[in-house]
Amino acid sequence: MSPRDGADAFPDATELADPLLTVDDLRTWFHTPRGTVRAVDGISLTVRRGTTVGVVGESGSGKTVLSRSIMGLLPTRDVERAGTVTFAGRDLTTMSAKELRSVWGPQIAMIFQDPMTALNPVKRVGAQITESLRLHLHMDRKEARATAAALLDSVGIPSPEKRLRAYPSQLSGGMRQRVMIAIALACGPRLVLADEPTTGLDVTIQAQILDLLGSLQDERNMAMILVTHDLGVVATRADEIVVMYAGKVVERAPTPTLFADPKMPYTRALMDSIPRLSQPSGTRLAAIAGRPPDLVDPPQGCRFAPRCPYAQDRCRESEPPLRTAGSADHLFACWFPLTNGRPSAPLTNNEVTP
Amino acid sequence: MTDTAAPLLSVEHLTVQFRVGRGRVQAVSDVSFDVVRGETLGLVGESGCGKSTTGRTIVRVQRPTAGAIRFDGQDIGSMGERELRPVRRRMQMIFQDPISSLNPRRRVSEIVAEPLAIDGWGTADERGERARAMLTSVGIDPDQTGDRRPQEFSGGQCQRISIARALMSDPELLICDEPVSALDVSVQAQILNLLAELRAERGLTMLFIAHDLAVVKNVSDRVAVMYLGKIVEIAPSDDLYRSPAHHYTAALMAAIPEPDPASARGETLTGELPSPLNPPSGCRFRTRCPAATERCAAEEPPLTQVARGHQVACHFPLARPAAP
Repeated sequence: MSPRDGADAFPDATELADPLLTVDDLRTWFHTPRGTVRAVDGISLTVRRGTTVGVVGESGSGKTVLSRSIMGLLPTRDVERAGTVTFAGRDLTTMSAKELRSVWGPQIAMIFQDPMTALNPVKRVGAQITESLRLHLHMDRKEARATAAALLDSVGIPSPEKRLRAYPSQLSGGMRQRVMIAIALACGPRLVLADEPTTGLDVTIQAQILDLLGSLQDERNMAMILVTHDLGVVATRADEIVVMYAGKVVERAPTPTLFADPKMPYTRALMDSIPRLSQPSGTRLAAIAGRPPDLVDPPQGCRFAPRCPYAQDRCRESEPPLRTAGSADHLFACWFPLTNGRPSAPLTNNEVTP
Repeated sequence: MTDTAAPLLSVEHLTVQFRVGRGRVQAVSDVSFDVVRGETLGLVGESGCGKSTTGRTIVRVQRPTAGAIRFDGQDIGSMGERELRPVRRRMQMIFQDPISSLNPRRRVSEIVAEPLAIDGWGTADERGERARAMLTSVGIDPDQTGDRRPQEFSGGQCQRISIARALMSDPELLICDEPVSALDVSVQAQILNLLAELRAERGLTMLFIAHDLAVVKNVSDRVAVMYLGKIVEIAPSDDLYRSPAHHYTAALMAAIPEPDPASARGETLTGELPSPLNPPSGCRFRTRCPAATERCAAEEPPLTQVARGHQVACHFPLARPAAP
């Protein structure tokens, strides 16, 4: 089967099913000498065509494993997977490696956090972009070259012809991330998974890269999953936000709803830990004490309970299910949800003073 | 901050040059500022603006090309290694990448006790005892962690260990070079709060270097904004936020992602920092400035006072909002 056949198995963009991507009860467990790490533990989400879903969580919440599981980029040994990933009507979890290769690039592409290690240091930028154009779109050398230059131009790289001959180490961090975006977009994917695409970049360059992704997305009617630890990054860019904690979804809502009425104390805590310009200098930040749990042996009950200022006995005993709040598109997992971002009156008395 | 207090650190017309191939690059170009005892000065700017070089030159990892660095009255810029030794104890630095700045083959307890060993302070047991106390004060349990090695810790914990190591010699000046930019926001808040506590307890003087103005503002009493080797604006933190006078400062503020879906996304700064090998004539920011005119290309704007303690280097500074 040629790669093209795989691509043909997908309907045209106009006929694509909506939602474009449905992840249902996805589990990715790693068997390690220490025990089973439940990095992704029953996650469901949907991405509609042309929209952006923000996936937010701390290091160790499983958000990177989630995006790799969606892509099918996982090691083959000592991994246990369950659940389905339906993309444009086909289940990616049942595809062979060969079939997946025809999906990566023309259908789904990934932008990694660290462009320095994701790019090949000994290959010129041009060769890294034209590779997928020639493989998937069967372009000849000249056509691929011209397309690559146009791509670099569209991601805002000045003198693109010259840059095609550069090695990644000759570019700045922001430029390298632009090259990564050009490679990801080369074959016109319908879904882009951006895993911390701006972490490690200056705030000014971060704003440029996020604006660029947004405008390319509008032009191409491309859907995006934007994975980040910073709620500030997705606040004005995502249509919907999924908050992850310890391998699970703890809250999921359209962006304005999430910010106006967070139900889960963890969501609220993530918001409060961001230093804001409008706060006077010297303001003590509302840090979340402790760290996410070890996923080999997560706590019983609510996994956030050991760090939650409002945790009760019930939270430590039984795990709260994901349930709806007000509207069907706002889901949260908490026994004692916040109201308008504040705990209910009796709970405030339980606040642990640091 | 009082005007009469003698500064602990005084940087005067500091210039640092590097040789690059046949050319020379001025990473720091005629920078002056004071930090008084107990004060935290923030140094903010994009990658390549010279903020880290400034910090590294103050602790004399780097030699200054010109200018003076006065620490508690003595010019340490021209001192030799032997003379520097007693001064080094009094100023310490913490770095951006907490994991790679700790020796991976040493145990945490050894790493933290080492500054005292170098000083020849006390017996091994006494040093170990002080290391344990210091680890506890930065929120690390020495009983559980002292025998472990850095790679067993998260980035936030490694940064706590780095802070403990830096504070072992009881320094007066702490230079923090992007101490939180590699950390998650939740951990970033923990480290910023820890630095604020330690500062209050120990009366530390700090130079806090970072690219995120919201982070810098949170910890600093005053903020200096650097662009391409020069300070373009310096002001008390809250005044800088209320009325930024330099167009670059305003752009840095607009770039910060506010955790509020209703917040208007500001104008994004276009382009990147020009090459410091060949900086623009006149005002170095003019190539990216929305308000630049011919005068900006011809004439370099000097730092001028626009309000008490607030200086800006711009021919056309932004107007101050009317006092409320």
